Amino acid sequence: AMDTDLSSQDRKDLDKFIKFFALKTVQVIVQARLGEKICTRSSSSPTGSDWFNLAIKDIPEVTHEAKKALAGQLPAVGRSMCVEISLKTSEGDSMELEIWCLEMNEKCDKEIKVSYTVYNRLSLLLKSLLAITRVTPAYRLSRKQGHEYVILYRIYFGEVQLSGLGEGFQTVRVGTVGTPVGTITLSCAYRINLAFMSTRQFERTPPIMGIIIDHFVDRPYPSSSPMHPCNYRAGEDNGAVYPSVEDSQEVCTTSFSTSPPSQCVFTVTKAHFQTPPPVVTDTLKVPVMGLAFSHQLSSSRLSYQPAALGVGSADMGYPILFAGGLNAAHPHQLIGPGKEGGVPPVPSQPAHGTQADQERMCTPLDGVPYSAATPSSSEDTETVSNSSEGKCGSPHDLLETIFIRKVGAFVNKPINQVTMANLDIPFAMFAPKNVELEDNDPMVNPPESPETESPLQGSLHSEGSSGSSTGNTHDDFVMIDFKPAFSKDDILPMDLGTFYREFQNPPQLSSLSIDIGAQSMAEDLDSLPEKLAVHEKNVKEFDAFVETLQ
Amino acid sequence: PLSSRCCGPSGAAPAMNCRAEVLEVSVEGRQVEEAMLAVLHTVLLHRSTGKFHYKKEGTYSIGTVGTQDVDCDFIDFAYVRVSSEELDRALRKAVGEFKDALRGSGSDGMGQISLEFYQKKKSRWPFSDECIPWELWTIKVNVVNLANEQERQICREKVGEKLCEKIINIVEVMNRHEYLPKMPTQSEVDNVFDTSLKDVQPYLYKISYQITDSLGTSVTTTMRRLIKDTLAL
Repeated sequence: AMDTDLSSQDRKDLDKFIKFFALKTVQVIVQARLGEKICTRSSSSPTGSDWFNLAIKDIPEVTHEAKKALAGQLPAVGRSMCVEISLKTSEGDSMELEIWCLEMNEKCDKEIKVSYTVYNRLSLLLKSLLAITRVTPAYRLSRKQGHEYVILYRIYFGEVQLSGLGEGFQTVRVGTVGTPVGTITLSCAYRINLAFMSTRQFERTPPIMGIIIDHFVDRPYPSSSPMHPCNYRAGEDNGAVYPSVEDSQEVCTTSFSTSPPSQCVFTVTKAHFQTPPPVVTDTLKVPVMGLAFSHQLSSSRLSYQPAALGVGSADMGYPILFAGGLNAAHPHQLIGPGKEGGVPPVPSQPAHGTQADQERMCTPLDGVPYSAATPSSSEDTETVSNSSEGKCGSPHDLLETIFIRKVGAFVNKPINQVTMANLDIPFAMFAPKNVELEDNDPMVNPPESPETESPLQGSLHSEGSSGSSTGNTHDDFVMIDFKPAFSKDDILPMDLGTFYREFQNPPQLSSLSIDIGAQSMAEDLDSLPEKLAVHEKNVKEFDAFVETLQ
Repeated sequence: PLSSRCCGPSGAAPAMNCRAEVLEVSVEGRQVEEAMLAVLHTVLLHRSTGKFHYKKEGTYSIGTVGTQDVDCDFIDFAYVRVSSEELDRALRKAVGEFKDALRGSGSDGMGQISLEFYQKKKSRWPFSDECIPWELWTIKVNVVNLANEQERQICREKVGEKLCEKIINIVEVMNRHEYLPKMPTQSEVDNVFDTSLKDVQPYLYKISYQITDSLGTSVTTTMRRLIKDTLAL
């Protein structure tokens, strides 16, 4: 006989399914925004702890946050569980990218079998979630995070708030599952304005020093909950150890029956495992970044830039600058502040502004009357970052970093990128630029000097690619007492000024001179067939090597 | 948009609706494999379960399905697939053949690859078992030739975006919760699922492809049944 009312056992099971479904949903979403490829193994024998027959790891902190947000409740009508994904730049600007909503509506399916059909459909829905989390624009952004921005998540429970996504956001439905108490709906609303950005632009900039990672950002929303970086390294936080939450180890030994419905057997047993919490670090490593950055991440405390460092903070309106400015017709137009383009009114976010003042990094071009030394081409950015020793980006280091141009081979970074990062526009680095590599390649055309008054700067760059080592241009400007600001350097035994003068005109690379260049090129070409033959012979080895990398 | 229709019963088999979904993509030659794998793996992700373990009293438990991210080399795209090397190999083999056929002579660069889910219905001797399809996915492919690197770069991005749309379409279909074969008893499990893989259990499926020549007629039709013994050959 068909019982239309839910039996108490069914009700209990259903509640448990929904609860764990919500927790797994959060795990899938956050893990998809860590910036890493996720890989879990299939196992033919049921381990009993894999909910919905899917191998989804549980990051303890994430479970903890989800449970905190849910506070013992389950998604119900008007009470949705939302996972908000946002992006925060190294300058402290943040922007909401997506809101994932797990909602419940009143449409009930009384006939459906809880222990069997609902469970399997929830499993299917999680698979759909795995697939969909890779196709929204934020996925590609999150894969490239680390240098200039990080991806943060926030879980809240209650009413869905979509206003932070800007105009014209799109929605994708992941799926629905009908249950006797209502229909579960999972969907994602995402900002589209970033969809025109090519993430290629982030690949070539050197790591920015002294990125401030803040685990707990003040939000303007009344029911604010802390934001968390997605690429969180478990255990590295302020020493807090999240207890292995008991229920996450609740075993779901599911047995299904192929007998007719009335004899359906379903058992869920709770076994008390002594296994340690899942080790997260194997697949969820913090991406390898510039040295100073990872140092910052592990210290994980908010560090403020003192105002004295010449913070030139023009309080601009934020992400809306991009929301309005970028449009499909001219995706590569650079929209600066104050330009037309149908920029919608900026909702005031005072909290952001105040915070940005405090967190904003020193923008090096704000009237600092000296230019950084251009290191010789052999010096790489790593040594520079080392010198800052994890200090929160003193302007000296910033300047060196921003101005590093490896004059010589393989410089392929368009000048615009560096210039933009120095203009005090929020999300400057996101502005799509005309990537006309030919025009901007310093190998082809000497880089224009950025806007600064220093005569040295101008002369240096006009020297840059001509390669002549006469150095006579700069003799016009005789520096008697060159005391560059912030020039104290602990590592090198000389002061910056001396260093600068000494290395101002490095000799041209021998490989750049025509004769030697041509000669070595000819040699290279000759040896190519040989090299190819060797490589072909060893192709098996290489393949095996590549396999190990995957 | 997905076009959806039901094909009628085949021959003397009991009437069973087979829903059919068609997807179309235009890709560059070197993108064919990755694009096909992305679609096929996404479908199979939804159509595979853990291994069944039957116990007494007609109950069974289900193994765990792992998943992994795959980055495409020639397309700005990433997808999730089931963590099963056997399954991946089977798909790669089929897609590889399809790609070769597309490149071969007589091809105008147009073809289609189909993934069909079916159930086996045992017949008494001397009749052989029937295969009754219940879901058919067809991917129509149009191979384009590009002139320069800039076009290729745009193609990378465009095809990536298109594939995102396809994934969303696939998920939409999956979410309709339409007909799925009944969960089988132990004796029937091989009529519904492919139990030959060691770590996961997809529904019984077969992959076939067709290449159309410039006249639009089908030149080559190859039917392959991808079960373990065939692979072993």
